[in-house]
Amino acid sequence: MYDTIIVGCGIIGAAAAFALSLQEGSVLVLEKENDIATGATRANSAIIHAGYDPEPGTKMARLNVRGAALAKELCSALSVPYAQIGSLVLAFSEEEMSTVRELYERGVQNGVPGLQVLSAEETRAMEPNVSEQVQGALYAPSAAIVNPWEYALALAETAVRNGAEIRRSCPVVSIRKTADGWAVGTAQGTFEARTVINAAGVESEEIHDMVLPHSFHILPSRGEYYLMDKSEGGRAGHVLFQCPSALGKGVLVSPTVHGNLIVGPNAVAAVDKTRVNTTGAGLEFVRSTAVKSVPSLNFRSSIRNFAGMRANSDRDDFILEEHDGFIDLAGIKSPGLSSAPAIAEEALAMVQKSGVFRSKKQNAVVTRQKRHFNLQDETGKRAMIAENPLYGRVICRCETVTEGEILDAIHSPVPPCSVDGVKRRCNAGMGRCQGGFCGPRVLEILSRELNIAPESVKKDLDGSEILLGENKNV
Amino acid sequence: MIYDVIVVGGGPAGLAAACSAYDNGARHILILERDRELGGILNQCIHNGFGLHYFKEELTGPEYAGRFVDLLRKTTTEVRLDTMVLSVTPEREVHAVSAAEGYQVYRAKSVILAMGCRERTRGAIAIPGDRPAGVFTAGTAQRYLNMEGYMVGRRVLILGSGDIGLIMARRMTLEGAKVLACVEVMPYSGGLMRNIVQCLQDYEIPLYLSHTITNVEGRGRVESATVCRVDENRRPIPGTEMQFDCDTILLSVGLIPENELTRAAGIEIDPRTNGAVVYENMETSLPGVFACGNVAHVHDLVDFVTAESMRAGKAAAAFAFGLQPENAAVTELKNGNGVTYTVPQHIRPERIEKAADVFFRVNRICGASEIVVADGERQLCAFPRDHLAPGEMEHIMIPRKLLGEVPPAQLTVSIREKQA
Repeated sequence: MYDTIIVGCGIIGAAAAFALSLQEGSVLVLEKENDIATGATRANSAIIHAGYDPEPGTKMARLNVRGAALAKELCSALSVPYAQIGSLVLAFSEEEMSTVRELYERGVQNGVPGLQVLSAEETRAMEPNVSEQVQGALYAPSAAIVNPWEYALALAETAVRNGAEIRRSCPVVSIRKTADGWAVGTAQGTFEARTVINAAGVESEEIHDMVLPHSFHILPSRGEYYLMDKSEGGRAGHVLFQCPSALGKGVLVSPTVHGNLIVGPNAVAAVDKTRVNTTGAGLEFVRSTAVKSVPSLNFRSSIRNFAGMRANSDRDDFILEEHDGFIDLAGIKSPGLSSAPAIAEEALAMVQKSGVFRSKKQNAVVTRQKRHFNLQDETGKRAMIAENPLYGRVICRCETVTEGEILDAIHSPVPPCSVDGVKRRCNAGMGRCQGGFCGPRVLEILSRELNIAPESVKKDLDGSEILLGENKNV
Repeated sequence: MIYDVIVVGGGPAGLAAACSAYDNGARHILILERDRELGGILNQCIHNGFGLHYFKEELTGPEYAGRFVDLLRKTTTEVRLDTMVLSVTPEREVHAVSAAEGYQVYRAKSVILAMGCRERTRGAIAIPGDRPAGVFTAGTAQRYLNMEGYMVGRRVLILGSGDIGLIMARRMTLEGAKVLACVEVMPYSGGLMRNIVQCLQDYEIPLYLSHTITNVEGRGRVESATVCRVDENRRPIPGTEMQFDCDTILLSVGLIPENELTRAAGIEIDPRTNGAVVYENMETSLPGVFACGNVAHVHDLVDFVTAESMRAGKAAAAFAFGLQPENAAVTELKNGNGVTYTVPQHIRPERIEKAADVFFRVNRICGASEIVVADGERQLCAFPRDHLAPGEMEHIMIPRKLLGEVPPAQLTVSIREKQA
């Protein structure tokens, strides 16, 4: 019997697991896929929003501002790449300038610090590459960029170090009430808990409906992106938004914490929420819309395209509700990533009503060390190699990722089981050759370390084996 | 200890450059190679066809590399394998790391950059669709197949008709895979004619020119791909879709010189080649730093890589010994009609012995033509050709004596087609 079972290990499940793991009590996290953070958490704009966007008075408004402040502390404590670079909402007409002024007012009401409405000249002084058409902008200095999947990994790894359990490849198939809690049926057997947290993202509706009367509908929305080479990383110094519309926050142009440039997304109602494909039309829309902000964008520098799925719902706000120890953290659309640690605080308060997690754990782990070889100076590099010579063997040329870092990832508290899992943990294969050179080396290391045949090594999720067998002549 | 010459990269360019530097008097030579053995990409090119120009016989890739490794063993060149160069400074310090020797800073009188190139990926050309396993660059698939001994696919679609893609069409077929088609967005192939014949036609693999992949489907693994005809602006034409049930897509959609070290050193890059701007002896804008092989521009035949790298090695040795004259007048080579780029981009006529080697590519298929070198309106020389194609690198030699006592500031290389 666990005190809490968390269904889903994206950023929300991981943040909840981390918050609960700091308290006395037992936590089990159930993740459907073979790795954590493989849904919306790994495919989004990677922004910690300042919080001027949500309607004042909503949970989103309150939790965004609170979550953004917590994220800054957490990312620092857990060695998550994070940079508070600020954001600009660009206005291209007088009408959009009035939107900017509305956003300013909303932000002030939401308690967003430091907002300013900028003139065209002030905007261009801050961002020389923006379009001549820009009439002005809303500047939010507290907006930040983050590595979203490492954020989730850092929270989950630390939760595991504090005693939380994570079971992967463990989809939930049933949930029923028992005398003293809940029985959760999964592919790996039935687990019981006093409380259950539903953090299943686009599938939170199905999980909710296993337990309670239908009360919300998830309306998944797909968004497509370009990721550009580091040579384009300097094209923007801030997160550059266009004015928001009914479809969402629009197409943005932003540097990433890795030094690349991210461009996107569009917003398309998804027919199949399990399919995060890009389309010719979607990518074309992203290109043609983004150049309105930054006309000099060079799409020949693209290194990757991807799509993510927003867990939008038919309600206007996050769905954070508790019924008899079953807690929905559902409809977590943007600004979900920004709000995650604040949502986790709400979740903790809700489970505490059931009498669990009432007291703080003594000596809980609240920090995490993560070193990247390529971010060290010469002295730091020498020190790492002195500690372990494998930090001197570069496997990923583009991102200068060493065998030592790959081994650290493979033997981390939430170890990867695929080539992309290694990439998410230490950036091998994330660069401009996209694993063309290091892919075979990472596959070889995974095969060796996990003691599995090379043909069993997956690119990413289940069913994505890379090699089909040995040559006929071998 | 200061090396005469440090060579970054032990592939065909680096090997030839080091051998040539030795032949021209350098004795303290160091090759830094990131892979576990010398030879570079040749090690996975187990097909034949290498060496016809240089050795006058037909060798496989590993044999071609082996010849140079044997030559290198007779020299005093030091080799550090499994060693990654992190930076090259303008003072010609080379920072490198390896598991065996840790962080090392090597100093040299001259440096030769020979890092080769990498393949363009799916992301570079933004192929829409799902992102399953089974989409490989042709060279990565070649490595898995020829060096690791694993099959990467059974039903294969190839995008791009670059030489590696063509070679892999044949190789996968010989290993028992079904290669469904080769799809090329341009109206002509990007590869050598002999490879079109020997790798596609001989195996009845269809080549769809002016076509591209517009969608990839598959959850875990590639399940199918949609191919469309494209218009003259390379945009897919609706209604021309063809569906291929395949488990694998190989990409042979271009090569990009790997110039991250070059850029970081502040060396001028030519946006046309994506390689360093070089002089007649392959010296870059940074004195004493040379670039040769596919890091300077993408070659079609390794034989030409060898010849170019020999020149770089010789010049690097001369620089190390202070034998290069200073302040030579510079003639800029300009691209005229039909010419995509030239290497070198600049020549210093007084440093040319007999003739300046100039490599370039044309931007379209041309029939019988003349390659014309002109100083403004004045034609210096012309070289007849029966046929010109973007997939085949062109080579001319401009005789030193034609450049005169006062060399021109600019020369233009252009194509004059005899009949439209």
